[in-house]
Amino acid sequence: MTLMQNAITAAPLLSVQGLTKRYGARIGCMGVGFDLYPGEVLGIVGESGSGKSTLLSCLAGHQRPDEGRILFDGADVLAFSEAERRRLLRGDWAYVHQNPRDGLRMGVSAGGNVGERLMAVGARNYAAIRETATDWLGRVEIAADRIDDRPSAFSGGMQQRLQIARNLVTGPRLVFMDEPTGGLDVSVQARLLDLLGGLVRDLGLSVVIVTHDLAVVRLLADRLMVMKSGRVVECGLTDQVLDDPQHAYTQLLVSSVLQV
Amino acid sequence: MTDQAYNFAYLDEQTKRMIRRALLKALAIPGYQVPFASREMPMPYGWGTGGAQVTAACLTPDDRLKVIDQGADDTTNAVSIRRFFQRTAGVETTERTAEATVIQTRHRIPEQPLSEGQILVYQVPIPEPLRFLEPRETETRKMHELEEYGLMHVKLYEDIARHGEIATAYAYPVRVEGRYVMDPSPIPKFDNPKLAGNPAIQLFGAGREARIYAVPPYSDVVSLDFEDHPFVASKADHECDLCGSAGSYLDEVITDDRGTRMFVCSDTDFCASRQAQGHRGRLSPQGATP
Amino acid sequence: MIEIRNLSKSFTLHNQGGVAIPVMAGAHLRVAGGECVGLVGRSGAGKSTLMRMVYGNYLAGGGSIRIGEIDVVTAEPRQILALRRAVLGHVSQFLRVVPRVPTLEVVAEPLLRLGVPPEAARTRAADLLARLNIPERLWRLSPTTFSGGEQQRVNIARGFAHDYPALLLDEPTASLDAQNREVVLRLIEEAKARGAAILGIFHDEGARDRVCDRLVDVTGFTPGMAA
Repeated sequence: MTLMQNAITAAPLLSVQGLTKRYGARIGCMGVGFDLYPGEVLGIVGESGSGKSTLLSCLAGHQRPDEGRILFDGADVLAFSEAERRRLLRGDWAYVHQNPRDGLRMGVSAGGNVGERLMAVGARNYAAIRETATDWLGRVEIAADRIDDRPSAFSGGMQQRLQIARNLVTGPRLVFMDEPTGGLDVSVQARLLDLLGGLVRDLGLSVVIVTHDLAVVRLLADRLMVMKSGRVVECGLTDQVLDDPQHAYTQLLVSSVLQV
Repeated sequence: MTDQAYNFAYLDEQTKRMIRRALLKALAIPGYQVPFASREMPMPYGWGTGGAQVTAACLTPDDRLKVIDQGADDTTNAVSIRRFFQRTAGVETTERTAEATVIQTRHRIPEQPLSEGQILVYQVPIPEPLRFLEPRETETRKMHELEEYGLMHVKLYEDIARHGEIATAYAYPVRVEGRYVMDPSPIPKFDNPKLAGNPAIQLFGAGREARIYAVPPYSDVVSLDFEDHPFVASKADHECDLCGSAGSYLDEVITDDRGTRMFVCSDTDFCASRQAQGHRGRLSPQGATP
Repeated sequence: MIEIRNLSKSFTLHNQGGVAIPVMAGAHLRVAGGECVGLVGRSGAGKSTLMRMVYGNYLAGGGSIRIGEIDVVTAEPRQILALRRAVLGHVSQFLRVVPRVPTLEVVAEPLLRLGVPPEAARTRAADLLARLNIPERLWRLSPTTFSGGEQQRVNIARGFAHDYPALLLDEPTASLDAQNREVVLRLIEEAKARGAAILGIFHDEGARDRVCDRLVDVTGFTPGMAA
């Protein structure tokens, strides 16, 4: 039972309270709160305009919320200076964009893309940087001989895997993902899901993943938050929310998709 | 000899004061790019409009001006800028590095060590060292502010990955006083060590981009590199064919249409001075006296 | 080990006029360690609903479901996740896995999640797959391409990889041939012998008679169906 005890007594890695973002009279997200524990994957689902992307960008520090608190490892992230915030973004946090072009430097080789975060935190040994980059390309199933190719020469799935390697190379503890499998072929999606699942388990990552794809959260997320019109309408265990949805909107959402 | 139709050194006094304020700020924050209200100059962008504005703001009637282009005093660009200030400021000019109080340069640092009291003015085409990898000015300013310079090493990494070594041969990035990363203008990396600990005041002017930055005397200036690929101040592995110097930066000159080449000092004053002292190179006229 | 008290449940169908359907009321049930209890009752009586509430993928309306120290009805999601990892195993009728993951990894995964060293986890997975007669040449392939019976056996191997103190079995012998059915029944008997509390649905009467110590008719828990 020790494992159970550990899981239950551990402190949350990320604690969000009353997060609100307005755009004038329009609500981006409203009163969102949750705790994310080490090693947990939280899925956020909802249709376009439900506020899930606004929430993610507030969490990841791309936008400043109007109200609420975000505690990471107990520290009040919104009180951070920009320098501290950016240090977090290239150290303990990572962000995987839906479009790999937004998360990669397209004019820089694959090795340089993976090495950038290392160099940003002070790595100054070329051979060591290259070795680490090669190792990470292998982990995301990119052949070592592609290390000097630019991402523009890669397929969409490879670009997305490269973006993941680039983000995880410095061993972040919390990863934000915005529709990481969006825009990919189904077979490529499966491969990426497999990869992400393995990395999450092996590295003990905590993940907040935003998607509209219920099949993706079914396979990756431990817990699920359903958003509508900027508010959280339901949250709980992923399979509970999908198998026994309580809120009218969630019932509609679940019944509207093909069997997952 | 001043042309009375112009204010001293062409620019009006208010403009020169504005530039001087920018220069003082630049000297106070070594390596930091200070925006200034760059003026139109009677020469095209890319011909040294930034350097000329800085020179104009520094000149006094007692100054002695030297202008070099790639080390040479006698090329079109150098000659026209020298004539410009002769006409508008009436200052004395010289080709002797040691005698000049203000030296405007394009793409070189003179071989003769500078001394206290001298001002070296660089013409700068692109002041932002991070521009190559990050096109957004808002972002590069933020990166300077927060000392996020990992990207600079990405550029050097790419060099080594592609060429097996750091192939950047000019405009080689430096870090000034342990703080700002700076583009030293397109000087050959051979000149980079001369940026550090230099007794002269080094001023950098970018006219088109409207930026001024500076390296105060005796500043710490370090060329970026990797532990296992250290910075090397390289030059052509030859001696000057005119003065025999083995330690100066050389230009390669094609002398006929059969590919015959010669190597000569890029710093014409340095080369001429050595020849005057009797130094001879491989292609010096035998027995001729300069 | 598993103790259910006064459990109730209704579904509210918001998109069909908000109609509320009570599906369970006053359910009581106790499964001790080393005991196997079979749920019976006609189709639609709520056997699967009860199983799902115990596993936590259906929310209970009221009552309690204690498994060890945890009450599934009131537990936080992460407590249920921890419970599922270490204490409560589940063999469902459907295999739901990330595509492309090799069968051996699928079976070893519950152990890897518990922090068992990969070598040991794979050895255990290989033993189970061999016992359940999954040819070794298939271990490197994803089970998503397997036949129904093969998928069912992979699912069973996965469910038995870790020695859970409590186990939920939903038709574990369905679509199996006699030989593999025998293997599964032995696995269940072994789990009982080491003290696991097992709650199951068995349509296979022979299997039910062989492994179940008691049967509970859920019809008694179903509002409007009590005979």
